[in-house]
Amino acid sequence: MKRLTRSVAAAAGIVLVAAALTAAAPAAGGGGDDLSGESVEVAAVWTGAEQERFELVLEAFEDETGADVTFTSTGDDISAALEPRISGGDPPDVAMLPQPGLLNDFVERGALQSVEDAAGAAVDENYAPIWRELGSVDGTLYGVWFKAANKSLVWYSTEVFSDAGVRPADDFEGFMENAQTISDFGVAPFSVGGANGWVLTDLFENIYLGQAGPDLYDQLSRHEIPWTDPSVTEALTTMAEVYSDDFLVGGVEGTLETEFPRSVQNVFAGDPEGAMVIEGDFVGGVITGETDAKVGKQAKVAFFPAIEDAEAPVVTGGDVAVMFTNTEGGQALIEFLASPDAAEVWAEEGGYISPNQNVDSDAYPSKAQRRIADALVSAQLIRFDLSDLQPSEFGATDAQGMWKLFQDFLANPSDVNGIAQQLEDAAAQAYGSQ
Amino acid sequence: MAVSSKSPPAEAEAAPPGAPPPAPATGPGTGRRPGLALLFLLPALAILGALVVYPIIYTVVRSLFDRGGDDFIGLDNYRRMFENDRTFRAIRNNAVWVVTAPTLATGLGLVFAVLAERVRWQTAFKLAVFMPMAISFLAAGVIFRLVYERNPERGLANAVVTSVVDIVRPPGEYPGARPADEDGLEPDGAAYVTTGAVAPGEAVTIGMVAIRPDEVPADAARAREPPTGGDREIEGLVWLDFTRGGGGERGAVDPRELGLPGMKIEVVRDGDVAGSASTADNGRFTISDLEPGDYRVRLASSNFREPSDGVAWLGAALITPAIISSFLWIWVGFAMIVIGAGLAAIPRETLEAARTDGANEWQVFRRVTAPLLAPVLLVVLVTLVINVLKIFDLVFVIAPPSVQDDANVIALEMWRVSFGGGRNQGLGSALSVLLFVLVIPAMAYNIRRLRKEQG
Repeated sequence: MKRLTRSVAAAAGIVLVAAALTAAAPAAGGGGDDLSGESVEVAAVWTGAEQERFELVLEAFEDETGADVTFTSTGDDISAALEPRISGGDPPDVAMLPQPGLLNDFVERGALQSVEDAAGAAVDENYAPIWRELGSVDGTLYGVWFKAANKSLVWYSTEVFSDAGVRPADDFEGFMENAQTISDFGVAPFSVGGANGWVLTDLFENIYLGQAGPDLYDQLSRHEIPWTDPSVTEALTTMAEVYSDDFLVGGVEGTLETEFPRSVQNVFAGDPEGAMVIEGDFVGGVITGETDAKVGKQAKVAFFPAIEDAEAPVVTGGDVAVMFTNTEGGQALIEFLASPDAAEVWAEEGGYISPNQNVDSDAYPSKAQRRIADALVSAQLIRFDLSDLQPSEFGATDAQGMWKLFQDFLANPSDVNGIAQQLEDAAAQAYGSQ
Repeated sequence: MAVSSKSPPAEAEAAPPGAPPPAPATGPGTGRRPGLALLFLLPALAILGALVVYPIIYTVVRSLFDRGGDDFIGLDNYRRMFENDRTFRAIRNNAVWVVTAPTLATGLGLVFAVLAERVRWQTAFKLAVFMPMAISFLAAGVIFRLVYERNPERGLANAVVTSVVDIVRPPGEYPGARPADEDGLEPDGAAYVTTGAVAPGEAVTIGMVAIRPDEVPADAARAREPPTGGDREIEGLVWLDFTRGGGGERGAVDPRELGLPGMKIEVVRDGDVAGSASTADNGRFTISDLEPGDYRVRLASSNFREPSDGVAWLGAALITPAIISSFLWIWVGFAMIVIGAGLAAIPRETLEAARTDGANEWQVFRRVTAPLLAPVLLVVLVTLVINVLKIFDLVFVIAPPSVQDDANVIALEMWRVSFGGGRNQGLGSALSVLLFVLVIPAMAYNIRRLRKEQG
C-alpha cells in the first residue's frame, strides 16, 4: 500500500478492501472479484509437467476472477532470468522463487512489494507460523509459500528390503543396522546423486537438525556459530558413516559422477543396484517418470529416522510467491495462492506438497503423497533447507561453497576438521561480501 | 569481436589513399566530400558501435564497479580475480587447451587431408570426418558426456576398456564378497586367511556375505556342516552366510543357505602353500596329504578379483583431456577441409617435378607440400587458437559439477561468477576483460596477415 501512488490507490482502494475482507473469511479463494481485462504475468522455474499443473492452478484463478494470466518459464536459473528484467524496469507481476535467499536479495534491493495486505490474513489462517517467518523480511510479509518439499524421506526398493529381510527403521541405530544388513546381502544400501551437491547438503541438514537440534540449526543457518563448531563436526562424522565408500552404489568415485535422476534409476529401474535414496518427495516424480516401478509397490517411502531421543527431523524447501508490481491482478493472485483452493488444484494432479495446513488431505492422489504431506504439516521438528538460507554463492551454486565442499568431503571423509574449516572460510567470505 | 571493431577504421584509413584514382571514373570525388562518405558508413558504424564497441567499453566500465553496479571500486575486481585460485586454475587449463587442442586438430587435419587424397572413397571419408561440424557444441557435449560415463553399461569408452581388460585379466567368481565373521578371517592382500591355526583332522567353516543371490553360480547346492577329516586332511565349507529374506543366524549354517562352488582354497604354512582345492557345489572342500602341524586356510585372491570398472574419464585427473578429445572430434573435420583445399591448390607440376628429380614421398611432403601449405596451416591454427581461448560450452556440458573446478576455463569462470550463482557481474566483467586481452594477440596477428594478403 505504501508504494502505491495516490491515483492508483484511489482506483484500487475499494477492491483492495474487499480483497482483504474476503481473505479473512475461511478458505477464501480469489474473492470472486471481477478482474476481467486485468492481465498478470507469473514467472517460475517450472517446465514440463510441473508447468502444466501450475497452469491448471492459474486457470482456476482465471475462471474465478476473469483475469488474464500468462505464465513465463525461466528454466532453472530464475535469478539470471529475472535480474535483467528488474534492472530494465519490466519485472513479471508475480514470481515463484525457489530460495528464501533470493527473496531477501530482492527485498534488499527494493524490488518486491509487501503482500501483507493481499495475503497476510490468509497466511495466518492457513499456515504454521514458520511459513510466515520464512516469507518475511524484518517483520514484513513479502511472500506466500505455495509449494513445499519434504526432504526428509527415505525411498526404498521393496524387493531389496524383503530379500535382505529388513524393515524401515524408526531410529537412526536401526537405520544403520539395516544399511549393514543390506550391504551384507550384497547390495549397496545407498544410491546417491553426488554430482549434485544439494543431494549431499540435504543429508547433512537432516542429520544436523536431528542431532544438534533446532536451536543450533537456526544459529548455523544464520552463521551465528561457525562451521567449526563441535556440533558440525559431529554431524559430519555421522554423515561419513552413512555415505561411506562401502555403502554407496559405485563407491565414492561413481557417486560423484552420478546425477540425481540416475541415482533414482539405480534403485528403481531394472535390477536394483542400490536399496535406498535419501531425498525429498520429488523422488516420487522421478520414479513415476523414468522407471517402470510403481510408488507403493516396488518403491516405498519411509521417513528419515529420529536420532537418539529427538523427534524425527523434517527438512523442508519450497517455492515462494512474491510480487514485483502492485497491481490488482497480482494481489488477487497472491491471495488465491495462499488459499487451500489453489493448492488443492495442484494436489489432485500429484507431484506436489502444500505447506497449507487447511488443504484437504483427500486431495492428494495417493497414500504416499498424503503421508508425506501430513508429515510435513504436522512435523514437530521442522526447519527450512539450510543451504537455501545461505547467500547463494555459498549455499546454492554448482562447484563452489557448500555443494562443492560436501563433494570434497565425500571424497575424503577422514578430514572432518579440515572440511569444517573450509566451510567456515567459504561461509565467512560469502557473508562478508554481502 | 576485435576483427570487426578494428577493420572498419582500417577500411576508413585505406579509403583516402585508394579514393583518388577511381574518383574521376565515378564522377564527383567522394574523397573530397567526407560528409557523403560518412553518410554511407553510418549504418555500419551504428551497428558496430551498438553491438561491438559499446559492449566492450561498458564491460570495461562495469568491471570497475561492485556486484550491485552502484559503487565504484577501482581495480578491486581485478585484485580479487587474481587472488582466487579458481582463476589461476582456469588460466592454466586455458593454457593447456591453447597448447594442445589447436596443434592436435591441425596435425590430425593435415594427416587426414593428405590421406583423403589417396583413398578411393574420398568423399565418403571426408564426409564422415566433417560430419561432427554439423552438430552443435551442446549436443556434442551431451554425446561425449555419455561416451565417458563411468558405468561400462552406459559409457562407450569404458565399455571398450573394461571388455579388453576383462579378457586379459578375467575377474573372479565372487568379487566384493567378504567374510561374515571379521574376527575369524582377516584380509591378506585381496585374499582372506583364517586368523586361527587349523590342524589336519579338523574342519573349518567359512561364512561369506555380500554376494547377491543372482551372483551365486546356478549349480550351488545347500550347504552342510563338514565332517572332521582324516588324520592328514583338512575338511571345510565355504558358504553364503545370508538367508534370503532374513532370519538366518550369523555364523550358523542355516537350512536354506547355499554353499559357494568354485572357491579356490589354499592351506598355507609359514607362507608356503601346502595344498589347494576348489569347493564343490555344496561349498565343501577337502585338502589331503598334509603333514601334521598348524596351517592356515586361505581363500585365494583370484576369487575376489573385481571386474574392471574402467577409467574415471570424468574424474578430476582426466577431465580436461577428455573434453579436449571431444573438441578434436568436432574440429578435425574443419581443419581437414581447409587444409584439403590448400592441398588441391598446390600445382601438380611442382610435385611431379620433385618426384622426377628423385624425391621420395616423404621428401616431397617435407620439402614441397608442407612449405607451400604453411600459410593455410597457420590460418587453421590461429582460428582454432581463438576458438579455444573462449571455449565454454563443451566444458560446461561435459564436466560434472563435482569436477567443474578442475575443468574450469576462463569463459566458464566468467559465466559462473556473473550468472551461475555468484551473480557478481562486476567480477564477471573483469574476467571478460582478461579473456579479451588474451584473445587480442591472436586477433592482431590475423588482421596483420589479412592486410598483408590484401596489400
